[in-house]
Amino acid sequence: MRRFILIFVPYVWLIALFLIPFAMVLKIALSDIAISIPPYVPQFDWAEGIRAFLAQLDLENFTWLTQDDLYWKAYLSSLRIAVIATTFTLLIGYPIAYAMARAPTEWRPTLMMLIILPFWTSFLIRVYAWMGILSNEGILNQFLMWTGLISDPLVILNTNTAVYIGIVYTYLPFMILPIYSALERLDASLIEAAEDLGCSRFSAFWLVTIPLSKTGIIAGSFLVFIPTLGEFVIPSLLGGSDTLMIGKVLWEEFFSNRDWPVASAVAVILLLLLVVPIVLFQRNQQKQQEAEQ
Amino acid sequence: MTTKLFTLTTVAALSAAAVTAEEVRVYNWSDYIDESLLTKFEEETGIKLIYDVFDSNEVLETKMLAGGSGYDVVVPTGSFLARQIQAGAFQKLDQSKLTNAENMWDAIEARTALYDPGNEYSVNYMWGTTGLGVNTGQVADALGADAPVDSLSLVFDPANMEKLAECGVYFLDAPDEMIPAALKYIGEDPNSMDADVVAKAEAVLTTVRPYIKKFHSSEYINALANGEICVAFGWSGDILQARDRAAEAENGVEIAYNPPKEGALMWFDQMAIPVDAPNPEAAHKFLNFIMDAHNMAAASNYVYYANGNKASQEFLVEDVIGDPAIYPNEETVKNLYIKEAYPAKVQRIATRLWTKVKSGT
Repeated sequence: MRRFILIFVPYVWLIALFLIPFAMVLKIALSDIAISIPPYVPQFDWAEGIRAFLAQLDLENFTWLTQDDLYWKAYLSSLRIAVIATTFTLLIGYPIAYAMARAPTEWRPTLMMLIILPFWTSFLIRVYAWMGILSNEGILNQFLMWTGLISDPLVILNTNTAVYIGIVYTYLPFMILPIYSALERLDASLIEAAEDLGCSRFSAFWLVTIPLSKTGIIAGSFLVFIPTLGEFVIPSLLGGSDTLMIGKVLWEEFFSNRDWPVASAVAVILLLLLVVPIVLFQRNQQKQQEAEQ
Repeated sequence: MTTKLFTLTTVAALSAAAVTAEEVRVYNWSDYIDESLLTKFEEETGIKLIYDVFDSNEVLETKMLAGGSGYDVVVPTGSFLARQIQAGAFQKLDQSKLTNAENMWDAIEARTALYDPGNEYSVNYMWGTTGLGVNTGQVADALGADAPVDSLSLVFDPANMEKLAECGVYFLDAPDEMIPAALKYIGEDPNSMDADVVAKAEAVLTTVRPYIKKFHSSEYINALANGEICVAFGWSGDILQARDRAAEAENGVEIAYNPPKEGALMWFDQMAIPVDAPNPEAAHKFLNFIMDAHNMAAASNYVYYANGNKASQEFLVEDVIGDPAIYPNEETVKNLYIKEAYPAKVQRIATRLWTKVKSGT
């Protein structure tokens, strides 16, 4: 009985917070647009049973997505931005995590605190702060012009560069924390052994430290990559009118076009695309747990 | 008037005492009211006023069509109002509660009846035109003294835009306004519901797209006033507010508003009560309060938009009633055009076109 409850609880969670909302989105994705409240008419009735449902199935909104190159361009562009941003976050996050793990033990809680501290301020306000830093009359440009490094302000705000800066800044802690926890557990004697056996410091790092922190790197990368792919707030505040991301397209379909069925179809596809990295992430976590046991 | 106001206040005070913490939620455009009117309404009626703002008809419409917005009064533009009435988003106004209805201007009501037949669901708040906000000094520097500052060619001719890009141009992020303007420029019917005609706007907008700094529907007020940009295609009153902010700041920036001589879009923002408004009683009180000639005049004097309230005109300052950019004369009115709501399929084409223009895809 206890065992049953233990298994049951996560399933209730999954059904209530994932499957039911997903079924609602899917239902709208299969509906037709209409001028009414809410602005769609379902094409079928659940009550009529599965056979009637299959007979009336209308994938019109999904075919619409394939007819217009906007959608796959937006998916690809999101994918590209997510990959590049994740790479930068890793390149910046790894040294920070490494330095934290190598810091004296009594400093570590303070350093950890400093990484988490930005979360005390609303995410939205922090992104707005970047608008103030990056704009043409912003702090960064004023400083650079004051030092005489540049004579004309750098145009950063409303470009893809600003989007990358925003994503790297926002998701950096999600990269640092798993890598830090992997590095912290690293047995220092392994490095010593490698060096005793003739490895240079660099090759010891490359052949011992990196492979042993692999799980942390993979976990961190997925934690950054998955939310970045569907990101909406950062590109809409920091990006330009030409920054193409699927989250923005979804917003436009929903708000500007008031085309809920197509917006829902876009969301369903986005979710399907995310299933692959999510499953990979799960597997990585599982492997790590098994290794620990 | 004073006695009437007095009784109104006492009655309101009594009813406020009876129903504690009565609230009315109003959702209006940004920078669109004299905020002292909000406190005045609370003092007169004892109703707590929650006032939120938006800057896009599309966002308002999504909230209306989702239902359960929680607002008691909203202010959509005519063409959007028409579609929302069709969707059943609004309730008919109880005319018996709108004692100030006699103040309204029949010339405007005749026009708004196109969107809301018989004006059963809505009352005009303000109206205006969409046109060119120009930083006169910077534009003269870029294009010379004979720059076509009152013509659509200023923003739709790439030769002009190339030179203006240096000092910065903003467009409204509103396909329902920018597509008709582009059509007007090439001599097509701006109110066309024909998908093929609407599609012609794309070429016009795409050729000038590289020179547009940003598409935004409210930031241009400050950007113009600060001298950050030199041209904005925007709403009349907003640009006149920018003119005043620049004059107040004494920063040497001089802003002018010109309705395009080829023809300007004339639009009407209408106050309406959502069908599921939590407090329709208070919503009617708010409408009636705004329809008061003094209050309406105060709002117009503050935001530089014309209103649909005939009785308020004697209380308007000369800067407002005497400015043909706000209250156009007969000659200019002939040159104004209106825009109705697109049917769903054309709407999809229009929005798609807009995404394409903005994102280049």
